[in-house]
Amino acid sequence: MAKTLFDKIWDAHVVKDIDSTRQVIYIDRHFIHEVTSPQAFSGLRNRGIELFRTKQTTATADHNVPTLNQHLPIKDPLSRSQVDTLTENCKEFGVNLYHLGHELQGIVHVIGPELGITRPGMTIVCGDSHTSTHGAFGNIAFGIGTSQVEQVFASQCLILSKPKTMRITVDGILQDGVSAKDVILYIISKLTAAGGTGYFVEYAGSTISSMSMEERMTVCNMSIEMGARGGMIAPDETTFEYIKDRKFAPKDKEYKQALQQWKTLYSDHGASFDQEYTFDAADIGPMLTYGTNPGMGIQVNEQIPNISEYLDPKQLTKSLDYMGLQQGQLLEGQEIQHVFIGSCTNARIEDLRKVANFVQGKQKADHVQAWIVPGSKQVEKQAKEEGLDTVFADAGFQLREPGCSACLGMNEDKVPAGDYCISTSNRNFEGRQGPGARTILASPLSAAAAAIEGKIVDVRKYMN
Amino acid sequence: MEAFIKFESTAIPLPIENVDTDQIIPARFLKAITKEGFGDNLFRDWRFDRNNNEIADFVLNNPKYSGQILVAGKNFGCGSSREHAAWALDGYGIKVVVSSFFADIFKGNALNNGILPIQVSDDQLDIIFKTIEEDHQAAFEIDLEAQQFTICKKGIHINFEIDNYKKECLLKGYDDIDYLLDLKEEIVAFENQRTIY
Repeated sequence: MAKTLFDKIWDAHVVKDIDSTRQVIYIDRHFIHEVTSPQAFSGLRNRGIELFRTKQTTATADHNVPTLNQHLPIKDPLSRSQVDTLTENCKEFGVNLYHLGHELQGIVHVIGPELGITRPGMTIVCGDSHTSTHGAFGNIAFGIGTSQVEQVFASQCLILSKPKTMRITVDGILQDGVSAKDVILYIISKLTAAGGTGYFVEYAGSTISSMSMEERMTVCNMSIEMGARGGMIAPDETTFEYIKDRKFAPKDKEYKQALQQWKTLYSDHGASFDQEYTFDAADIGPMLTYGTNPGMGIQVNEQIPNISEYLDPKQLTKSLDYMGLQQGQLLEGQEIQHVFIGSCTNARIEDLRKVANFVQGKQKADHVQAWIVPGSKQVEKQAKEEGLDTVFADAGFQLREPGCSACLGMNEDKVPAGDYCISTSNRNFEGRQGPGARTILASPLSAAAAAIEGKIVDVRKYMN
Repeated sequence: MEAFIKFESTAIPLPIENVDTDQIIPARFLKAITKEGFGDNLFRDWRFDRNNNEIADFVLNNPKYSGQILVAGKNFGCGSSREHAAWALDGYGIKVVVSSFFADIFKGNALNNGILPIQVSDDQLDIIFKTIEEDHQAAFEIDLEAQQFTICKKGIHINFEIDNYKKECLLKGYDDIDYLLDLKEEIVAFENQRTIY
């Protein structure tokens, strides 16, 4: 019978059927960070048990870390305690940790792929909803809660019900100035913030397969923003090339054997999905969010919906009130005070290159604070080797040190109340970037253009 | 985890859709290394202003409303996977959340912490909101064994779905780890028969 990519991987990981709906699923890779792991380690301690498979577990400190002066002790005592607790826990239970200051440290969803730990055909989890990022390599990757982190620590397994499957096909060539971020924001705006709940998504079509691995990660990263537990893309030559020679990737003969296995990972012709959507790349323009969930998105030349015509008028009223925006308004021309280029969605080297290429020879607007927070130490190093740091400095952008930063403002990187921030991150929830902060989600290119002009612009006008 | 027993309570209405876990517990309060104390910051930025004064018109600050049941608009618990959201609800004393739709990860996290998410239809949710609006003292009965949510004064019984395994776990106060630890031999056998690259 024709099988979907999802079913092929899922079925290969069933340890046991519990009943007609629940199965014990084996987990190949477990990433952890300082925020969602301490209570799980305490759980192991309370039960007096070991961490079952330490070699399949990788830790990094990312959510709480400062993005300036990382060589100094963390100032906030609570953040410091959480980061120190991770270090102590990893030492006690034997987990490999990329600690603050380590040359391979970074945002968990940036370093996993970068180090070749993330590979096709695997099951991958992390106590973080953006674990869906790793699905870009053709695996089943999803976020879990801390109780489940403890379950994986204890048994390398989870008890799960199989989700439904959805395929989203995007075909055609994107307009100049339109990127992977616009594609996923467009899809979420069509499906809404709950449209994917209960599903695991496979992205397909010529637009997707012509994307680089980093662009594919941007797409899969935001699957959770429409409620889908995960998103995946069938691995191909682009995937195999990316993985080859990475630190933990299989080498030589083993790589060749791996390729044999990875090349079987695709949805069979005729495989059926519980839900299918198709979009045309040509319809997608630069996207922006105007509300307080990622489903509230429009193209730069579209008006904010009218309250009376909106599906949920109460939500729109509340969101626009928070955002200080009007129904029917165009976002183009909206003044912004902050630009945040970073997060597990858009802080990889290609994102930084695109921004550098755009801002080279230009100056940010005086009233704008423009931050670039690289996804990892390796991204930061690469950027400096390529001289991007000079380009950013010349244009008035600040290149900081890696971490989750102003995506969620757990450290001191916050947007002040009432200010507008055009952000390449993934969530525009109320208070996400700081209490009262107003977030407009966009692509790195749109964010860079807004930094230069001090207001939201259609980046396509810069394209030849 | 405590065993879930049949109970009756008044309910707190929160007729807002897409309540994300950043609202339930904002990120800046996730720095603890234990599960305690999160209830104090439940819905922090809706409950308190920037000077830590109570925002009078938020439902948790309205003395009219109380209870162990939270009734919320659809797609409750979307966004971040933080289990701290479940710990915050639990810490505040919420045992049941009723909505017409739940985000996946939140639903799992709630169940793993002894909180019962009850999914009802949009129409049923409207009736529940109206009941509370008419009488903030209206009582509701939760009977997990019978999978029944009852609007006591109206005698309306709403049956809800929950899978048998999770139902047993809640009723007995068991968690998944007890089950998984007993499977070690099968897990090792599984590992030994496969190659993963």
